[in-house]
Amino acid sequence: MLSVTGLRTGYDKIEVLHGIDLQVSAGKIVSLIGSNGAGKSSFLMALSGLLRAWNGQVEFNGQAIHGLAPDAIVRAGLVQVPEGRRIFAHLTVEENLDLGAYTRHDPPGIRQDKEEMFKLFPILKQRLRGLAGNLSGGEQQMLAMARALMARPKLLCLDEPSLGLAPMLVEKIFEIILGIKARGLTILLVEQNAFKALEIADWAYVLENGKIELQGTGLQLLLEPKVKSAYLGV
Amino acid sequence: MGSWDVFIQQLLNGLTIGMIYALIALGYTIVYGVLQLINFAHGEIFMAGAYIGLAAAAAWILVSGTALTGGIALAGVLLFAMLGAAALGSLTERFAYRPLRQAPRLAPLITAIGVSFVLQNVVMLLCGPVDKRYPEILAARQYSFGLVSMTHYQIIILIVSVTLMLGLHLFIKKTRTGKAMRAMADDTQAASLMGIPVDRTVNLAFVMGSAMAGAGGVLFGLYYHTVNFHDGYLAGLKAFTAAVLGGIGNIPGAMLGGLLLGVAEGLGAGYLSSEWKNVFAFLVLIAVLLFRPQGILGTRVVKKV
Repeated sequence: MLSVTGLRTGYDKIEVLHGIDLQVSAGKIVSLIGSNGAGKSSFLMALSGLLRAWNGQVEFNGQAIHGLAPDAIVRAGLVQVPEGRRIFAHLTVEENLDLGAYTRHDPPGIRQDKEEMFKLFPILKQRLRGLAGNLSGGEQQMLAMARALMARPKLLCLDEPSLGLAPMLVEKIFEIILGIKARGLTILLVEQNAFKALEIADWAYVLENGKIELQGTGLQLLLEPKVKSAYLGV
Repeated sequence: MGSWDVFIQQLLNGLTIGMIYALIALGYTIVYGVLQLINFAHGEIFMAGAYIGLAAAAAWILVSGTALTGGIALAGVLLFAMLGAAALGSLTERFAYRPLRQAPRLAPLITAIGVSFVLQNVVMLLCGPVDKRYPEILAARQYSFGLVSMTHYQIIILIVSVTLMLGLHLFIKKTRTGKAMRAMADDTQAASLMGIPVDRTVNLAFVMGSAMAGAGGVLFGLYYHTVNFHDGYLAGLKAFTAAVLGGIGNIPGAMLGGLLLGVAEGLGAGYLSSEWKNVFAFLVLIAVLLFRPQGILGTRVVKKV
């Protein structure tokens, strides 16, 4: 579904990603783990078109999407939940959901998907008319995910969905991610919480200093000594 | 006239000019919302709107040979001025500001001041440096309510402004594009991750703000009977004050700020001295910046992590 080859990008003149090769096949969860500053978020920014690719290719469902504007990439079906949730704080919860569906023009389908979101995230229904900025951190993460799902993505990219959440909420978020996968969505998960991310991954990559250092199934990487010592702390 | 009547009369006069300030202030606040840019050329868009209305009226007289009167004529002139100002706003965004989107924030600000000089001088070259007489599109009529009176134009200004502001408010509040603008005001990058086309939405913000200013320009010309190429400077600065007073970026705030500023000016002119009228506006600006820099309605929702 997603095929990245030799992707290089950076900020100003400083290269951050030095040629990334990465594949995501349909219906799978692919995790990308790595420490702070390894380039994980930059990688997602490049996929979404917010960071221009200097070199290399990003192919999504057979279409080259590097070089497309961010809104065109969303319309192609690649949608990102950015790090730090980035919900629209001054808008209501419902308006946030409506904006998730910005690229769509099927009001009945949008209404139906909203109902779906209320099933997946019941708290959102209770807070529908409230300002999104008044939600708790966990609720904001759920809203950010629901907002992205409202776009009916084919590939959902999640950037650090568990960051800053209480352990119980982290469990809940990962449960939801599995639930989303069960609906047939493909997921690219970027995480610092390497253990959880590898646990649910069908395939995983380890990013270090802007390069893919390792890859394998989630289980293989969980047992890999290098991963164990560097990312799992065991 | 009793003291109460004087008060009401000045209040009405203040509200009238306040409506015009509010119309202009909306443009400052919408553009600031999506771009965090104070478009200092906005006062000139307002002035250009007045001249475009004037040109439309003159063209009509030239073509038809009849004087331009009546409600439909007024609506036509307003529409022309709004479209013309909107086009001008769109062009300035496209060619003056968009190329600087990635530049440090001081660059577009200085460019805005440059655009402002350019527009002033273009209008001066085309139309001359002297006051231009604005056509009397509606017959001069006076309505008396007890001891208080309003002119035809005052009533028209109230009706047109309220209609436009209500329309804009509903647009921003209810439509998909309006929501996209508010989303951009919150977080431009997150908005583009939701598929909102940033460039188009920014341009639309200029178009809408400029249309409001264009209408304000015609109303201003009708009210004061003349226009001059440097009218945009003071009116623009006052409308900017109004936008800051209401809370820059906040749309109801811009309307409220405009009205309050107009009323403060009207009452100040009536009770203290009309010579000092302009001073009141800037005293208000200084006071707001000192005591409530976020403006009256400009509150912040605390971002939770």
